Amino acid sequence: MTRNRSDVSDPDGTTPVLEVEDLTVAYTSRHVETPVLHGVSLTVHPGEVVAVVGESGSGKSTTAQAVIGLLPDNGRVTGGRIRLNGTDITSWSDRRMESVRGRRVGLVPQDPGTSLNPVKRIGDAIAEVMRIHRWADERRIRARVLELLERVGIPDPERRARQYPHELSGGMRQRVLIAAAIALRPELIIADEATSALDVTVQRTVLDLIDELRTEDGTSVLFITHDLAVASDRADRVVVLEGGRVREAGDTATVLSTPGHAYTRRLVADAPALNGAGHRTAERTAALLAERADLPPAIAVTDLVQEFGTRRDRFRAVDGVSFTVTPGTTHAIVGESGSGKTTTARAVMGFRRPTSGEVSVGGTEIGPLRGRGLRDLRRRLQMVYQNPYGSLDPRRTVGSIVAEPLVNYRIGDRAERARTVAEFLERVALPTHLSDRRPRELSGGQRQRVAIARALVLRPEVVVLDEPVSALDVTVQAQILDLLERLQEDLGLTYLFISHDLAVVRRLSHTLSVMRGGRVVESGVTEKVFADPRHEYTRGLIEAIPGRREPALPARP
Amino acid sequence: MRYVLRRVGQAVVVLFAAFTAAFVLLQAMPGDAVMIRFENPELGLSPEQIAALREAYGVDVPAHRQFLHTLLGFLRGDFGYSVQSGTPVSRMIAEALPGTLLLASLGFVVAVILAVGIAFLSTYPRLSWIRGALRALPSLFVSVPVFWLGILLVQVFSFRLGLVSVIAPGPVEGLILPVLTLAVPISAPLAQILVRSIDEVYTRPFVTVVRSRGAGHHRVLWRDVAGNALLPALTMAGVLFGELIGGAVVTETVFGRAGLGRLTEQAVGNQDVAVLQAVVLLTATVFVLINLCVDLLYPLLDPRLRTKAGAAA
Amino acid sequence: MNPNTSTRSATVTGSVPARPSALERLRRVDVGTALAWLVVLVAVAWALAPGLFTSADPVAGVAADALRPPDAEYPFGTDATGRDVFARVVYGSVHSLSGALIAVTVGLVAGTLIGAVAGTVGGLVEDVLMRVVDVLLAVPSLLLSLSVVIVLGFGTAQIAFAVGVAGVAAFARLARSEVVRVRATDYVEAAYAGGGRFLTVLWRHVLPNSLTAVAALAALQFGTAILAISTLGFLGYGAPPPTPEWGLMIAEGRDYVATSWWLTTLPGLVVVAVVLSANRISASIARRGRA
Repeated sequence: MTRNRSDVSDPDGTTPVLEVEDLTVAYTSRHVETPVLHGVSLTVHPGEVVAVVGESGSGKSTTAQAVIGLLPDNGRVTGGRIRLNGTDITSWSDRRMESVRGRRVGLVPQDPGTSLNPVKRIGDAIAEVMRIHRWADERRIRARVLELLERVGIPDPERRARQYPHELSGGMRQRVLIAAAIALRPELIIADEATSALDVTVQRTVLDLIDELRTEDGTSVLFITHDLAVASDRADRVVVLEGGRVREAGDTATVLSTPGHAYTRRLVADAPALNGAGHRTAERTAALLAERADLPPAIAVTDLVQEFGTRRDRFRAVDGVSFTVTPGTTHAIVGESGSGKTTTARAVMGFRRPTSGEVSVGGTEIGPLRGRGLRDLRRRLQMVYQNPYGSLDPRRTVGSIVAEPLVNYRIGDRAERARTVAEFLERVALPTHLSDRRPRELSGGQRQRVAIARALVLRPEVVVLDEPVSALDVTVQAQILDLLERLQEDLGLTYLFISHDLAVVRRLSHTLSVMRGGRVVESGVTEKVFADPRHEYTRGLIEAIPGRREPALPARP
Repeated sequence: MRYVLRRVGQAVVVLFAAFTAAFVLLQAMPGDAVMIRFENPELGLSPEQIAALREAYGVDVPAHRQFLHTLLGFLRGDFGYSVQSGTPVSRMIAEALPGTLLLASLGFVVAVILAVGIAFLSTYPRLSWIRGALRALPSLFVSVPVFWLGILLVQVFSFRLGLVSVIAPGPVEGLILPVLTLAVPISAPLAQILVRSIDEVYTRPFVTVVRSRGAGHHRVLWRDVAGNALLPALTMAGVLFGELIGGAVVTETVFGRAGLGRLTEQAVGNQDVAVLQAVVLLTATVFVLINLCVDLLYPLLDPRLRTKAGAAA
Repeated sequence: MNPNTSTRSATVTGSVPARPSALERLRRVDVGTALAWLVVLVAVAWALAPGLFTSADPVAGVAADALRPPDAEYPFGTDATGRDVFARVVYGSVHSLSGALIAVTVGLVAGTLIGAVAGTVGGLVEDVLMRVVDVLLAVPSLLLSLSVVIVLGFGTAQIAFAVGVAGVAAFARLARSEVVRVRATDYVEAAYAGGGRFLTVLWRHVLPNSLTAVAALAALQFGTAILAISTLGFLGYGAPPPTPEWGLMIAEGRDYVATSWWLTTLPGLVVVAVVLSANRISASIARRGRA
């Protein structure tokens, strides 16, 4: 099962911090036991960072939960061994595990937004772990809290310790959670997708912090991630999981440069961060743009301003944004949360009237349009949403979802519409028999294909793509990106592509605008911007893309 | 501060609207209750006497002046006279209030104990074998007619077991069964919302994080879950008060206790509009005040709302 | 923004949910809910064709058989005038059920209309409508029903309507919040983007997706209404004796509580069973809506 299992024997004879051996875990639901881990083995040596990489359903989080003894109520370890510093803890009771949790194994959880008790002060959240394990008296605990806050790089610790979680930014909260995880100097830290919910620049600083703690305190880290690029930057060794089985394991550089298993090869090939520009080179884009220079732009946005709030309390989400998109090309708007990129997209769609400025699509000015005019425009302008779970009506079938725009515009009769729907399902590579299914019976990737088919069925000229792949697994993401590229060529579509993910942007877009705080800080041909970013912020963003560092050196003890 | 003012303003608007609705519905109806009663030939009143009565009850003036008159009266605590007995309604209510207050507050305390007990016991891992039964209790409680429960309790505890006497009981003994009867249906919605919010809080990631720090069941439940789970129950306070009053009507009738509930029941039986109107408006006022207090207190208990309320001000 | 949230929530069996077969779906119906439907169906059958379940007369009694405890001949015993209590319960179900039906219909239609209009139109209309709902909420439901009873007078239809009025606020609030919730979803926006007109989108997407919760509340209110109607009947505001109404029967049996337990206990148990079943059905509808 563990083909390439790395048997790096201890160079200096120390016991591994964590040894997982042939671990099997099963979930029980409706009296049926479904195994989810089939003999997973991995080893973490002192001071080592081991990344467990996999897509959803691979069992990577289950592995982490099993190690710390916090499987969901319906989960159970059915076989194998978990050893912590040589001690077998597999069959320890919950009560006994409590002495291990927090003290010998620290957890840095997934989502800093929901991982802190909202009605508990920051200081108490960190102190809790020390109080649970009766580490010292209250006075020393309080001193240690401040020391820890300082350690994880939170300025003004005394004030922060008195604040509540909602008063801190996401990155700050994740630092607080790290502080709590390292408070009792555990031998092992489990970071379970610890940075996936953070903006890329914040992600980078948090990852740097974990690295730093590791090198200074010699703590071992078990890194659970879906992001191969993050693993390649930060881990000494990787373990690739698929469907609850270890597909490949070994030191990071070797596994990533010469993957031995087909699944790893696919993962590496599909990770946009590890693969640069694809075929959208600077030269080809320049040629394409030159060839179409005489055409009127498909989208033109001039001095767009969008304000929210009441007259007293105004907030400018978009502040003087301008760009044009050449027909048949993809323009990306890149930015972190709060940059105003989604607001811009919604203004282009005509969902919100701009405070000032002009937006025109295919030569039609959107601003003055109402009811009828907006409806006519929408035959030529469509949108694909980020979350395929929320953008499809759960009560309707796939066929009727795709057919809906045709019904709205009274295009064709019933039979014709059925033919068109079948044609577009085929275009997005969905089997036609899915057309009488409801969205909940489909996978995330299939749902996003349905959403794309719905957007294309009117044969629009322009499609706004709002983070269309960010909710999907990397291999599915690659398929959808391929599909979008192919459809653009086949149908001559113009895309406005909204994304936080620079690696994906590089792969799909011809030109881009980088947004920050409602303004465009830099724009141009994508490959040129990547090769030579002019603005400091753009440079920071590009440097923060994981997977750009040299692969970590093999095991540093 | 602006939040507080807006909230108080809203409460006043609701109360004024409630008063207007009650006035239109109950007082300004055609063929008003006074006339129905006194024009009854059996009473043998002369037309002059009737006219005098009309004036005394204030039904002879145009509707808008009547409205103003009644409104000012209510604001002063003057609720007019009972159509049935001619006694001032305010005196009848003042006499009935203490008994109901005692019954309702005891019932409330017992209900809270019952609800909190059910909700928290059902999360204990050691009690998982009766968890199903504990969780079914609230839905059983809401399905039981209050009057039937009262009768059943009398049957079992007084006649079968002879534990509590119903014939001339002492003041304490006489309270046991009514309080229980009232408490059971009140505890049900409270227990339901507690169970639901405890379950919901347990699914939040921060609970797993606290457990990953080594916290045991008790610590997680009392230090982290309870605080978050009790907050939504607070919003139930107003509704529970309403249920208490409704429950008092039935309980006092079943056990033959004097009180606000009994007064209401008799008022409906006698078509005594003035009394019912006063009871309804008083209850609505207390309800609105309770909800106002909860809304103003909530931000103090939930730090997340503290800044939001501050930002709105 | 939280772009990767759904990626990280791992499911047990990969990402494509299997399609349940008809047999599997049948097996998923739990015993409790099936039992609840059975109870409600029996009560409905009692109301529609009481003669099929009992041959005894619900109104005329056999004086010689007065106050007999339950036995093979009289499963629920007899009352002081020798009437078969079981027959009275069977014939009484039509009063409770039709009353509850009227009450739920009044609450459902008026409440959902108010809530849906408030949620769709918004602005001043919403403010005014929701203040009206606040007023209705401010008065405890029993007192609200009593206020309606005092205006309309006593009788089965009157108390049913009164109970319905007390339910309007709950429906209005739920309908409004559901409409507001559904209107904010991506699929509603996508429907506009696909050229949908306001009314089309409302009819095709907003209402169907809001109504599951409303249906669950309707089932819950059905149980509540049966309780409230029996309470008003018990207080003597419903149909006059000798109508076999459940609440009234219990009120009449009260005088014999020391000697003849069956007169109050058994009709009460029937009420509990029906109300409990309605609540259970409501919960199962709500669960299905969430799945």
